Amino acid sequence: MPDNARILYCHCAYAKVVPDEVKNDVLRRLAESGVAFDAVADLCELSAKRDPALNQLVEGVGPGNELRIAACYPRAVKWLFNAAKVPWPEGLEVVNMRVEQAEPIVQILLNGRPTDQPAPPEEEPAAV
Amino acid sequence: MAAPTTKTPMMKVALYEGAGSEELSAVDRGAILKSLLEKGVAISCIRPGRSVTPPPGGQLLVLGRFNEAKPNEAEGENGVTVRFRDIAGLSVDQVGKIVDEVRGGTPAKPWKPWFPVIDYQRCTNCMQCLSFCLFDVYGAPGGKIGVENPANCKTDCPACSRVCPEVAILFPKYKAGPINGDEVREADISREKMKIDISALLGGDIYAALRQRSTDAKARFSKERDEKRAIAERKACLTKLQQTLQEALDIPAEVMNALPSMDMIKAKAAAAATANS
Ligand code: SF4
Ligand code: SF4
Repeated sequence: MPDNARILYCHCAYAKVVPDEVKNDVLRRLAESGVAFDAVADLCELSAKRDPALNQLVEGVGPGNELRIAACYPRAVKWLFNAAKVPWPEGLEVVNMRVEQAEPIVQILLNGRPTDQPAPPEEEPAAV
Repeated sequence: MAAPTTKTPMMKVALYEGAGSEELSAVDRGAILKSLLEKGVAISCIRPGRSVTPPPGGQLLVLGRFNEAKPNEAEGENGVTVRFRDIAGLSVDQVGKIVDEVRGGTPAKPWKPWFPVIDYQRCTNCMQCLSFCLFDVYGAPGGKIGVENPANCKTDCPACSRVCPEVAILFPKYKAGPINGDEVREADISREKMKIDISALLGGDIYAALRQRSTDAKARFSKERDEKRAIAERKACLTKLQQTLQEALDIPAEVMNALPSMDMIKAKAAAAATANS
């Protein structure tokens, strides 16, 4: 894994919204890879409780010190952190286990997102 | 903020595979991780050269196949208690029992973390959600809308996301986009608006209309001599009611009965306006 990138895996323990086979496969592959990583049972729960663990997870994150998160929709994860009053620093990359497959997810977690496959752009508020 | 609480002190588990310990097999590592995550435990997988930040004021449980003596318990920085447990030769279940023992206290009642999350890039602070929600999930300290009491939210009910004119309310565990956090497209905005229009079509207040139907069914029930027929009719009525709710707003029937009436919504809106003026 290049530079100082860290990995956070969300197990989405209290709902079936992330397909079981994807999240379990991602977890298994991460365990097999032998890298250091953090794993939480459910980011939604941490956000609802405004758990200080969320602050610790983003400590030191910035350009050159990426945090790659395997969870669900990036927009949901971003605002879950905001709901817990945790800043959303530059250098956060969210990979969506609701829609992507385990293999490419783990590749992004371990090696970063390929430059020819940029992350979905920050949403522009659509006009009403 | 009222949120589900646990009587146990905050605990973090470190699965340690650094100096002074033996490496776990990939299979054991994966199985332990999965089983502890399912217990609701946060874990750091520690490899050589990586440290772990302990939870402030809580406890850190370090699990490993240690090949040197470790104290059972030690005092860490910032009042953190660090406990070491050797898991050599233990099954996944036995590791789980160690975690339960160290965690102690009463395990928190399982709670599906279901609550609204606001996308402030879209929110215009119009307060419609605050006026609509009768369970005081929302608040506006300092005049800015926020989710103050997430645990008050009715599980699986996305109703307030339907009244938000900006599609700014997410429920990350909802089944479909854009409420689940998927990108908001122009078509979504029109569709959400249409859903609000459906309620208008049903007489301006979908809840009042549906409640009326439920009351009518109950009235018929009390007048009916033929009890069986009345029960069947009431059942049919409730099923129809549920279908209408499902199709129009995706609100669970049991939640609907607790939703505010138009008068209540207006009263809350007026109170919010006074409080913020
Ligand atoms: S952040 Fe997403 S993946 Fe994680 S628990 Fe919440 S809904 Fe599930
Ligand atoms: S209804 Fe939507 S736009 Fe209005 S305050 Fe609530 S979240 Fe913001």
